[in-house]
Amino acid sequence: MGMTMTQKILAAHAGLDQVKAGQLINAHLDLVLGNDITTPVAIKEFEKAGFDSVYDNTRINIVLDHFVPNKDIKSAQQSKTCREFANKYDILNFFDVGKMGIEHALLPEQGIVTAGDCVIGADSHTCTYGAVGAFSTGVGSTDMAAGMATGMAWFKVPAAIKVVLTGKLKPTVSGKDVILHLIGMIGVDGALYKSLEFVGDGVATLSMDDRLCICNMAIEAGAKNGIFPVDDVTTAYLTGRSRREWKVYQADPDAVYEQTITIDLSALESTVSYPHLPENTHLAKDSGDIKIDQVVIGSCTNGRLEDMEAAYNILKGKTIAPGVRVIIIPATMNIYKECILRGWTTAFIDAGCVVSTPTCGPCLGGYMGILAENERCVSTTNRNFVGRMGHVTSEVYLASPAVAAASALTGYITDPATL
Amino acid sequence: MNAKGFVHTYPDNVDTDVIIPARYLNTPDAKELAAHCMEDIDADFTKRMKEGDIMVAGWNFGCGSSREHAPLAIKTAGVSCVIAKSFARIFYRNAINIGLPILECEEASNAIAAGDEVSIDFDTGVIQDITTGASFQAEPFPPFIQEIISKGGLMNSIKNK
Repeated sequence: MGMTMTQKILAAHAGLDQVKAGQLINAHLDLVLGNDITTPVAIKEFEKAGFDSVYDNTRINIVLDHFVPNKDIKSAQQSKTCREFANKYDILNFFDVGKMGIEHALLPEQGIVTAGDCVIGADSHTCTYGAVGAFSTGVGSTDMAAGMATGMAWFKVPAAIKVVLTGKLKPTVSGKDVILHLIGMIGVDGALYKSLEFVGDGVATLSMDDRLCICNMAIEAGAKNGIFPVDDVTTAYLTGRSRREWKVYQADPDAVYEQTITIDLSALESTVSYPHLPENTHLAKDSGDIKIDQVVIGSCTNGRLEDMEAAYNILKGKTIAPGVRVIIIPATMNIYKECILRGWTTAFIDAGCVVSTPTCGPCLGGYMGILAENERCVSTTNRNFVGRMGHVTSEVYLASPAVAAASALTGYITDPATL
Repeated sequence: MNAKGFVHTYPDNVDTDVIIPARYLNTPDAKELAAHCMEDIDADFTKRMKEGDIMVAGWNFGCGSSREHAPLAIKTAGVSCVIAKSFARIFYRNAINIGLPILECEEASNAIAAGDEVSIDFDTGVIQDITTGASFQAEPFPPFIQEIISKGGLMNSIKNK
């Protein structure tokens, strides 16, 4: 029986010729990842179990990104715990303030994750790396602890949904609109326990930043992972960047999919997820007069260079609407620097925005843009749950950087195509 | 192993942000986390909660963030089992890895009401609503996962290998 791309990567890492959906396996890990919130819990479990060595100090990645530069004493303590552990075990890829970026923008950018890898991360958006042709999935801190100690993790081999992409996106429409549209179609548990495997002639038209954004939010449909085939776009991205040789896995022609969904990219329009679930999608152009208080452009979903460029193209030479606060957060130090070199940061500030160093900050209601009672935010982040960005009565509308920037100018949810 | 307690009910898609809001994730301390468990959707939960109580929820319980702080807060608050129609996959594996008992059972989730007294036999997967007399059969865990649970969680299970 044929295997999906995900199943082939899992089989190879479990040392098996064949796996099938539902099978429970132990697989070798190429990378283990944690952040400043999840790693301290993993360290506790690691030490409690009595381990005194890691399986491979070059394969463990600890990125301080959620609450750094630290927002309070307790979060500073958590960073310190990570720092001391990284020093003790000589963790090669430990990223502290000044070197860090938001983990799921940083690891691909630095060439740490590559095609064919099997990756776990104690962060739900670890599924991002499917964009470069890796199997990667979010887990908890105990899995991270076990992964650091043994280099192994247990998996239930997922069934798959095939998502066939055709056509090409319109200029103001991006990867964010693709994934929000898909989540709107299948719901927040529409891909529960499954892989989302993206295929079709539309794939070649999507940039790496679009693919990273699409895979990033696979978890918001409940998926175990999202994955793209390795093509010319992937090879161009990995060449000169990947720190290790990569391996290309392809789905078998007779791979079994539970469901096939076709999306015509050329028919998509700017899409917004209303509170309080990512599946609650509407077209930006149908949003009427939804007045907003804040805009956030950044995060592991949309803090990459193309996202900054989309915001710049709309905000340059303009002024944001009175009464709106706009927070722009480039996702890595390289992207941050590039925004300065290209003059985008100046344009953002001249338009009335603030520009922060990389942090997850407001996305999860940590700091740097917490919402008050009844406030509304258009955000390029990934979740709009009750209380996600602040007060329990505040509201988050998920959208692309283009929609967020257009809304910043008008003060209302706005389709950039109508500007 | 058995559990017995009174039921707290929850809807579909209970996310880990409401189980334990991110503003409290600046500590890994389980007791501190438990003190804020469910506070954004059920403000009185920690006051009503008695040791051994049971949560009964709808589809996709524990969706969203991978924070293990969520099952840890529920376990430390004293909850003896979470029954749901389905669990989000990271919450599902986290619960198994840390030894928080969970059961998938659509019929039980539909029928059991808030405040009912319920008993659970984990060996057979039988859920008994003592208040109404109804009984339900949950899907048992596969042997691979039962082994992790019987060893008291993932770290104990890999340590013994």
